[in-house]
Amino acid sequence: MADKPTWKEYATAATIHEPGNATGQNTGDWRSERPVRKQELCDKCGICWIFCPDAAIFMNAEGYYEVDLYHCKGCGICVRECGKNAIEMVEEGE
Amino acid sequence: MGKRVGLEVSLAVSEAVKLARVDAIAAYPITPQTHIVEELAQMVADGDLDAEFIMVESEHSAMSACCGTAAVGARTYTATSSQGLALMHEMLFIASGLRLPIVMTIANRALSAPLSIWGDQSDVMAERDCGWVQLFAETGQEAFDLTLCTFKIAEDARVLTPAILNIDGFTLSHVVEPLELESQEDVDAFLPAYLPQVILDPGKPVTIGPVGFPEIYTEIKKQQDMALIGAYDVVLEVFDRFEKKFGRAYKPVESYKAEDAEILINIAGAVAGTARIAVDQMRGEGKKVGIIRPRLWRPYPFEDMRKAVKGAKAVAVVDRSLSFGGPGGPIASELRSCLYPLAEKPAVAGFIAGLGGRDITIEDFYTIVAEAEKVLDTGYTDEYKMIGVRE
Amino acid sequence: MADNKSVDFIPRLLPPRELLAEGHRGCQGCGEALALRQVFKVAGPNTIVCSATGCMEIVTSPYPETAWRIPWIHVAFENAAAVASGVESGIKILKKKGRYPHDGKINIIAIAGDGGTADIGLQALSGALERGHNFTYVCTDNEAYMNTGIQRSSATPYGASTTTSPKGKESIGQTTWKKNLPKIVAAHDIPYLATACPSYPLDLMNKTRKALDTEGPTYLHVLSPCPTGWRHNIDMAVEMGRLAVESGVFPLYEIEDGKLKMSMVMETRKPVADYMKPQGRFRHLKPEQIEEIQKRVDENYEALVRRDECEV
Repeated sequence: MADKPTWKEYATAATIHEPGNATGQNTGDWRSERPVRKQELCDKCGICWIFCPDAAIFMNAEGYYEVDLYHCKGCGICVRECGKNAIEMVEEGE
Repeated sequence: MGKRVGLEVSLAVSEAVKLARVDAIAAYPITPQTHIVEELAQMVADGDLDAEFIMVESEHSAMSACCGTAAVGARTYTATSSQGLALMHEMLFIASGLRLPIVMTIANRALSAPLSIWGDQSDVMAERDCGWVQLFAETGQEAFDLTLCTFKIAEDARVLTPAILNIDGFTLSHVVEPLELESQEDVDAFLPAYLPQVILDPGKPVTIGPVGFPEIYTEIKKQQDMALIGAYDVVLEVFDRFEKKFGRAYKPVESYKAEDAEILINIAGAVAGTARIAVDQMRGEGKKVGIIRPRLWRPYPFEDMRKAVKGAKAVAVVDRSLSFGGPGGPIASELRSCLYPLAEKPAVAGFIAGLGGRDITIEDFYTIVAEAEKVLDTGYTDEYKMIGVRE
Repeated sequence: MADNKSVDFIPRLLPPRELLAEGHRGCQGCGEALALRQVFKVAGPNTIVCSATGCMEIVTSPYPETAWRIPWIHVAFENAAAVASGVESGIKILKKKGRYPHDGKINIIAIAGDGGTADIGLQALSGALERGHNFTYVCTDNEAYMNTGIQRSSATPYGASTTTSPKGKESIGQTTWKKNLPKIVAAHDIPYLATACPSYPLDLMNKTRKALDTEGPTYLHVLSPCPTGWRHNIDMAVEMGRLAVESGVFPLYEIEDGKLKMSMVMETRKPVADYMKPQGRFRHLKPEQIEEIQKRVDENYEALVRRDECEV
């Protein structure tokens, strides 16, 4: 590839100097199903948030928990663990 | 100002490490390195050396802990021999791959099996490829001086590569020699505190030691190789600074009566001392012999060796280690490699001697020179010859 | 739907910062990534991580990407504890000499899987614990060498099928019982160790806090359900952890200055069969083998409860 760095352009010992730059990886692309929230049932308990292995759930300005679809891998833990049935899995493409 | 003392060479090494104001030591005892680490432990216990000495539970952990201390910016030291070095093998490659400037003394000792606590060079010769800067000391003074130089070379921002200083087990480590110890003030001026480039610091998070996919691995190895090759110039600079400060001059390759020599003896380490006596005797008998001794082993001093052998008819290489079933000793193999591109080059006869603590005597050197001369007459008859083996 | 009565907390009070960033390459539903995410919520940014080779190391550091927002070093497979020893000692001496750029307390955390702890890493762990370094060792136990393809470790439970202890006509799978790492660690007389599970986040995080705040070597053994290796559905890691605890297979306890304290004591435990049924690695087990496992789990659990009652 034309624009791959030369050996001089890599940081010494391939040390990575940009902390957390993995956020650029579109792991949301791995999904075959995605979680969809039903906000009217959500009680803002945060259980979905604390159980997400990918930190792909975040609290929005209103205090509800939203899914970061760029990173969500669609594992479904949040759906299973939600005490209010406020999330369900939906096939990608629907 | 320097202080002239008679001191066991191991203790001189410890003294140098102390004067270098090492921050962290992680070491595991193994004969014949023990006196170095025992002395350092005593220095720490007495408050003479302000350092953390991690009493690790194995040499593998010693090198691992050294990676940890170096990664946070501590001037780091360890020492080992033989089995300990072999146990560290995996870690040597990692330390150099991570570009951590750890300094290590190896009191060279034979490798098992059978078990041998006595000296030869097989331990370090099995680690030629590990990517460390490597030097050989011949005398106690060199052991002291080169220890100081090694820190300066390894920690140089252009090098940032761990470095080994080899001292022959027992033959050098355990002998008492007259030498000049330098003052703390002078050493501080020559070797200031380590200024790390990248460290583990919550204020500036970095990820050290990631996965290197095929797309990048070659480039990172190239980086490493270029740094080691480039270390040659840094070695010259450091030796020059050392001479200016302390008055003792060192070169990557030491030549002794080599300029007009017809037969050269190529040998590393303390046994060069015996070779010197043999050469003086042979010179007295009218033989044109000399010695070339690599002080710098990695990066290999190609140009110095090519220059040093100019005019000689044959080089008798004396290796204190053996690559079984292969081209004999490493010093011989590497010299051959070095000389191969030359249109005119001397014959290179390889000899294996001094394994497992067996002395190499003056008579042995006579035999070696005679065998080398035979090669000039009749050509090579063996890949290499083992000297002194009872057959 | 999950029964959350046993989880009674308010996640909203936890710090939102993610020191293990989204975008790491862990499998869908990875229990180990979840465990670490919770640990680092407590640890905070003044932390240095020394990681062994393993799942978490591979998925979080594929050059040029890193999921780490805190300083992190990976050296080799068996030496997380030795590297952490070096980091701890190095910082100690540099701070003493005024040459370390960061003031204040730094958490030094070694992380390794069950392979890098119970097997190849046991020596380095033992050495570091004996030397008394001020650090916390977190073993994320997914009960096999998952990263290299689900090979057995000494932490693989009896009867589990792995690629190197496969179930077969002549074999039950793993023929030895799970090595009791917390017991081995406890024998080093360290000030604090605990077992934890990400299905009980508040418990895990409280234990993390305690481990980090305790001076000297501390140890957390964290069960990390692995959908890939345990062969359960990708949405089941939290449920699996819960069943492991509720069946007594993975008891939650702390040992503080040698005294054991159960984190929760269940009067009636779920049958181990409930825990094992959803997992493909146990599917081949016959009722009498499950019976054998049940007996052993009961014995172990009751011994812990007795010890807890005796306050020793």
